[in-house]
Amino acid sequence: MRLLEYQAKELFKEFGIRVPESIASKDIEQGRLDAKKLGYPFVIKAQVPVGGRGKAGGIQKCSSDDEFEIKYPQILGMSIKGEKTRAILLEKMAEIEKELYLSLFLNRSKRCYTIIASSDGGVEIESVKNQTIKEVGLGDVDDETAKQVANEIGLKGNQEAEFVIMLKQLSKLTVEKEAELAEINPLAILKDGSIMALDGKVMTDDNSNFRHEELAKYQEKSELEERAEKSGFSLVELDGNIAVIGNGAGLVMSTFDMLADNGGKPATFLDVGGGATTESVYEALTLISKMNRVKGILVNLYGGIVKTTTVASAFIKAYDENLIDLPVFARLMGAESDKAKEMLKDTKTKLFDSVEDAINTAVMEVNK
Amino acid sequence: MTDIYEILRGKKDEDGNYQKQSVIVQGITGKYGSAHTKLMMEYGTNIVAGVTPGKGGQKFEDKIPIFEKVSDAVAATNAQISIIFVPAKFFLQAATDALESGIKLLVAIPEHVPVRDTMKMIELAKEKDAIIIGPNSPGVIIPDLTKIGIMPASPYSPGNIAVLSKSGTLLYEISNNLTTAGFGQSITIGIGGDPVNGTRMIDAFDMIKDDPELDGIVVVGEIGGDAEEILAQHIIDIGFDKPIVGYIAGRRAPKEKRMGHAGAIVMGTYGSAESKIAMFAKANIPVAKRPGEVAVLLAGKMTSQ
Repeated sequence: MRLLEYQAKELFKEFGIRVPESIASKDIEQGRLDAKKLGYPFVIKAQVPVGGRGKAGGIQKCSSDDEFEIKYPQILGMSIKGEKTRAILLEKMAEIEKELYLSLFLNRSKRCYTIIASSDGGVEIESVKNQTIKEVGLGDVDDETAKQVANEIGLKGNQEAEFVIMLKQLSKLTVEKEAELAEINPLAILKDGSIMALDGKVMTDDNSNFRHEELAKYQEKSELEERAEKSGFSLVELDGNIAVIGNGAGLVMSTFDMLADNGGKPATFLDVGGGATTESVYEALTLISKMNRVKGILVNLYGGIVKTTTVASAFIKAYDENLIDLPVFARLMGAESDKAKEMLKDTKTKLFDSVEDAINTAVMEVNK
Repeated sequence: MTDIYEILRGKKDEDGNYQKQSVIVQGITGKYGSAHTKLMMEYGTNIVAGVTPGKGGQKFEDKIPIFEKVSDAVAATNAQISIIFVPAKFFLQAATDALESGIKLLVAIPEHVPVRDTMKMIELAKEKDAIIIGPNSPGVIIPDLTKIGIMPASPYSPGNIAVLSKSGTLLYEISNNLTTAGFGQSITIGIGGDPVNGTRMIDAFDMIKDDPELDGIVVVGEIGGDAEEILAQHIIDIGFDKPIVGYIAGRRAPKEKRMGHAGAIVMGTYGSAESKIAMFAKANIPVAKRPGEVAVLLAGKMTSQ
């Protein structure tokens, strides 16, 4: 799960990592109260689960009530890289001397946690220069390692001591919350010489959610995603008009790629998952039936754990109950596919021997 | 390094045949465990024991003894291979039990295992010099000899092409295409769709690259991480010269969205299909645009090399 900045900062505070004074809100009434409490000037920061909001105008300085009344609703109504603003953070400005970079992340190929630190922060990680990189196994950072990192990015004296504590707390957070990434960028050295986390990004491992009830309040899911998760399939929504359904993440991605290559516009990435039942696929069809933009359904199945007849039964049920009235283009292979094809032959489902043919026909008919 | 082929099929006997090796099933009485154990047995896999805590002493299908712990099963059967079907939250415990009991090849099927548990398991496997395939893996198959996983049997035929894949269903799809085109498989390994794998792409490659009968390799990758890039660099570094063909799923996927697999996510440029395809090009590995094109490209590689 990707935490928003204000949520990451709540965790930072909990772990004793110093952050600027700030208050989060989701509507202007609450925002006005927060503004009074905080006092001008401050910055209004869009809370979106995507980077690059500064450039997009999602962070703006605010010095008066008049300015607030214009900027708050404007930023709250913004979409940045397709992501709507989820909340607003009002935050006191810090007197910055220098911006550094610090993160602890799961290094997939080395299969260990890795610290990246730099004396040149404030830009996206790809552009961070002079990186100090240290591998730290399962994520625990000892004094010695933390001191080395501090020295390598040029910190001494009090700043070194403060940084060592901050890095060790960030490590504690990473381990305890099972984060895949905990990033402080920028980590600021203030004019008074102290250090502070000005922005925070935390991503946790969704597969560990079952032992982190305390993080559940940060879980942000659309109703659709929630229903999908409950039924055991994975769903990503897009703005196209052909819903893509299949079994297995790789096969669905591949179908998705081929559809897009051939001029089709995917409306969903929907993997029915290894535990698919007729009920769960019926639920998937229910969700799709509610998406008005969908004009056709492309089905690509390679039966194995999931039998193609299981999926066929769900379609039959959906037709019987008038749930779907959309054209369906299907290619069925593997376990029980002959039987599944027999079941679907007198329905609105058009059957194809190759996925390429199914895609070509789907694109043609939907764009008619 | 432990030799995966030797664990899976032993050494050739006097008549030049390999021997089926013994396999233990952890979670043999669960819904998936029992269904797939039957399918593996149908395929001819030598299932010798099951493990389900609380059901020790019973028998599966009236013939396979069930034990409380892996150590009891190993003591009774000397098996070196185990396949795990337990729910993700019990995975670390089951895997630890297996590795502590001397299992040398652990095939880990469960999806949704927390990364931290996988990492702990990998540490232990290193200590014990054991191989872990997975988690979130469809398993491993040597066609016509042994099937240790949940893959359907029909796509596979014996031969000399090795297939390595992050995805399960794409592995079936592409193996089926290869079989239809006359390319049988020496082995196919599903390394799994998680961010951290017990056997990485490069490890799987190293396990099979020295097989003298190997004619070619198909690498089925997908967006997320840099396993494909690292493998391509390795292939360049060692000057490996047998034909290799690639496929990368997720070229058209949106960024910063998890596409079904926990590991299938592009962050910035990290994990992007473009980066993987570019590295494959450097290593002289053609990348198919569609699964159906893999066999065609392989045939082309075979004749040109």
